[in-house]
Amino acid sequence: MPSLVETRALTAFYGDFQAIFGVDIRLDAGETVAVIGANGAGKSTLMRSIAGIITNRAEMILHRGEPIGALAAPDVVRRGIALVPEGRKLFSSLTVEENLQVGAYGRSVDGPWTLDSIYRLFPILKERRRNPATALSGGQQQMVAIGRALMSNPDILLCDELSLGLAPVVIKDIYAAFSKISAAGAAIIIVEQDIAQALKVADRVYCMMEGRVTLSGQPAEFDRADIHAAYFGAEPNELH
Amino acid sequence: MSFIDTLLQGVLLGGLYALFAAGLSLVFGIMRLVNLAHGDLIVLAAFLILVIVSTLGLDPFVAAVVAAPLMFALGWVLQYHLLNRTLGKDILPPLLVTFGLSIVIQNGLLEGFTADSRRISAGALETASVSLGNISAGVMPLITFASAILVIVALNQLIYRTALGLAFRATSDDVVTASLMGIRPNSIFAIATGLAMVIVTIAALYLGTRANFDPTAGPARLIYAFEAVIIGGLGSLWGTLAGGIILGVAQTVGAAINPEWQILVGHIAFLLVLLFRPRGLFPRAAD
Repeated sequence: MPSLVETRALTAFYGDFQAIFGVDIRLDAGETVAVIGANGAGKSTLMRSIAGIITNRAEMILHRGEPIGALAAPDVVRRGIALVPEGRKLFSSLTVEENLQVGAYGRSVDGPWTLDSIYRLFPILKERRRNPATALSGGQQQMVAIGRALMSNPDILLCDELSLGLAPVVIKDIYAAFSKISAAGAAIIIVEQDIAQALKVADRVYCMMEGRVTLSGQPAEFDRADIHAAYFGAEPNELH
Repeated sequence: MSFIDTLLQGVLLGGLYALFAAGLSLVFGIMRLVNLAHGDLIVLAAFLILVIVSTLGLDPFVAAVVAAPLMFALGWVLQYHLLNRTLGKDILPPLLVTFGLSIVIQNGLLEGFTADSRRISAGALETASVSLGNISAGVMPLITFASAILVIVALNQLIYRTALGLAFRATSDDVVTASLMGIRPNSIFAIATGLAMVIVTIAALYLGTRANFDPTAGPARLIYAFEAVIIGGLGSLWGTLAGGIILGVAQTVGAAINPEWQILVGHIAFLLVLLFRPRGLFPRAAD
């Protein structure tokens, strides 16, 4: 049985320079997978490639065994792969509720996620639904961005740098929602610089450095030294 | 009393200018595209209505209803297959391409219809008027003004109350993120330009029935449309109506003082607004 989504020797460019060199990752149904790595490791380029913002050769990305690497973003999201982009990217002239509605634009997809269920997941958004999205705090904006992606009822939710610029207590609130999102049926890929947070929620972890996967497995399989080595490129024995 | 009469004529003329400008404003608002061929497309639509009237013998209003979907299709194809290719960070390509398009349309019309000036006959409506106390207003100018208000109300409903309008606003904010929502920006832009061409058809109906037009009449219409949009403030449709009215009043007041001053006073009003309110009277930020 093919994976929900997998990349095969994916190479991709960030602008003019190559950011990813032959990356293989996979995500199976029901899983939450974390991709960690330092700035410039190629994590966001990986997410943008899967989501179709960057298009590649078709066979480099497979969704349920079918090649989707060459599809553009509108077709990728129609297949049930939604991205919460880095920096949230809310629509500034739309209200909170309109931002959520636009996530389901032009389609009626059966599934657990509707305006009501998203307001149950993040009650504060219901109170603020008539506000311009950009009038919200950073954490609330991140909730809108997650809710907006969920409105398409994706099988696969890609989350790029959720905790960037947020206070630890807010990050905890947001991650608390992930068990519910996962229970509702979505498999999740989380890109994080906050390693502790990523290890806590993930079933499996990929660590990237300079455009390559340097470590992969279940969080329990490796210790801090392994991660340090994969993250920064230092040899484990140098840290012991 | 004649001053009030002049004012009324100016306001009603403003309705026509608002119709010239509404399509331009819509397209600019959604894709930041300045269409230099806008005026020529109005003239093209006027010729299309003229052809439908003269070959099928239809009433001009019915002819405009026939022409509107054709113009929508033209706008859609033009945007999807030509203008979308010019959009990007650089603002120069769309300017150059639409400038070229303007020349192509003018010369195409010149080939097809000669340089003679034409008029679409609206029958008895042309001279009909209603009197309000001591002043009287032409029925056509009144219908024009009502159409402008109707167009702006309808556009606002579309933009703020429908799923398509939501996609318009989202795409206007951020094209890449809109595509992540499943919106196809190229289709959204094509629909927007198609809608603009429907408004252009309405504007052409009144242009053609109220005044003479010829293949080279487009650029002057473009300037009035620009001035109305800029006076009103970019991105606000009601502002565009206000801009049209200010331009119309300035022109009729100028003409009342000295007929030679009509166009000049309109441009001066525009320059004064630019001087004191460079962002226009009702910029979108103040909405």
